[in-house]
Amino acid sequence: MENTIVKAENYNSYFGDNHVVKDVNISINKHEVIAVMGPSGCGKTTFLRGINRMHELIPGATSTGKILLDGENVYDMNAIYVRAKIGMVFQRPNPFPNLSIYENVVAGYLLNGIKVSKADKDVIVEKSLTSAALWKEVKDSLHKKGTFLSGGQQQRLCIARAIAMQPELILFDEPTSALDPISTSSVEALFHELKANYTLIIVTHNMQQAARVSDRTAFFYMGELVEFDDTKQMFTNPTDQRTQNYITGRFS
Amino acid sequence: MEARIGMRNIKSNIFKGIIVFFAFLITVPLVIILLYIIKQGAGQVNWKFLTGTPAPVGEAGGGIANALVGSFVMVMTASVVAIPVGMAAGVYLSENPRTKLAYYSSLCVDILQGVPSIVVGIVVYFWLVKPLGTFSALSGSIALAIMMLPIVIRSTEQTLKLLPDSLKEAALSLGVPYHRVILKVTIPCGFAGILSGITLSIARVIGETAPLLFTAFGSPFVSAALGKPMESLPHLIFTYATSPYDDWHNLAWGASFILLMFVLTLNIITKVITRKWKIQL
Repeated sequence: MENTIVKAENYNSYFGDNHVVKDVNISINKHEVIAVMGPSGCGKTTFLRGINRMHELIPGATSTGKILLDGENVYDMNAIYVRAKIGMVFQRPNPFPNLSIYENVVAGYLLNGIKVSKADKDVIVEKSLTSAALWKEVKDSLHKKGTFLSGGQQQRLCIARAIAMQPELILFDEPTSALDPISTSSVEALFHELKANYTLIIVTHNMQQAARVSDRTAFFYMGELVEFDDTKQMFTNPTDQRTQNYITGRFS
Repeated sequence: MEARIGMRNIKSNIFKGIIVFFAFLITVPLVIILLYIIKQGAGQVNWKFLTGTPAPVGEAGGGIANALVGSFVMVMTASVVAIPVGMAAGVYLSENPRTKLAYYSSLCVDILQGVPSIVVGIVVYFWLVKPLGTFSALSGSIALAIMMLPIVIRSTEQTLKLLPDSLKEAALSLGVPYHRVILKVTIPCGFAGILSGITLSIARVIGETAPLLFTAFGSPFVSAALGKPMESLPHLIFTYATSPYDDWHNLAWGASFILLMFVLTLNIITKVITRKWKIQL
């Protein structure tokens, strides 16, 4: 229990009458890399967005059940506080086009109006960009706009932006699906390093990616959490027939 | 077959020729108007013309300082009213396009855009001038603000609608409260578009005469008092151009020239803003 960071209890999500996530129970430990995979429309992204309460921003979207973050139900906390505590990286790199690389990293502080001294900001920027394996590439152009970077660099900038807020948990929503193979491998390499300090939940379409980067994998199908097990175990010897069908490519 | 293709080529070329001709044709009246006003008006402009007040009938000379100051004061006042209101409404329309309120206010904006300016003038006359008992710059400004509103609302709405949702999500996922997302991310990212809408709306109303006829009325004195009647460039042109004196006609030409230059400059500024400040998404 000590080691658990996120725990979902009977968690359900809906878009209007459409039941997209069905009765999910899952418990995720600190410093784990969790891959969430499944076919399109299986509810994996919706589940992820339920964790930091981004799901409810869509008109008509609701949810029931509990998601405990460090033992406390996020649905009893202020949504803004929850989102600030949990980092999130999206499918398409989305740096703020009106801000420089430097400002993008500290955007969480700037936009929230949190006062930080220049010296502290410098430290945060360097540390976050170093953790996101981007510092060497951008240290001489910190005051250029973030949108001048390549797609892969932009995505790492978005990771640095999430890290800068010092979250314990970072959610990734198909973070490499809009990137080329080289950028993808640089982001994947990053996951291994981030593991030391953060817990990562990665929604992915790509089974190879799930196998490469994660410690444990959750398989969603038709809104249900079908199987949740060690990645190796799941890819070599799945217990559920549906998982096996998915892994062997009978449907996708 | 060969002959048919030849025929087709000829038809294409004729068609191309026609559209090029009309594209060229529409620039002709504009150029003629410009040249004519420059010819008639540019010679009138000198320091005394810009800083002097109208001379009494029969005396030569006189300036348009009262109208310059008046137009500036009223357009600024109208902007102070119309820009925040218009931007707020535009933000609402782009953020909540599917609500009932959005449907009806959007409809009202369309109608407002089509209301003839003289009608806006009459309405403001009955709303403000009659109850207050006097023509005033304030009522003129309100009439101009009503004319500006639809342009500011639409340009804000259209600009913000083009921004990707991912931008807002990026900010929300950092725990930024909604009002700060709008003020610090959405509006700054769409700033170029909003600002060009604002300059266009100013360029539009600075030349409006009808709404000012029975609101600001006109005044021969340089004044910045919002509670008193005030002169404006288009109104001055109207009164001078319809007068029987040649001297006044010249003043009207000079004022037309100034007004035209002003509108031209605003349009050029708008173009530069949209090109230079456009944020690369």
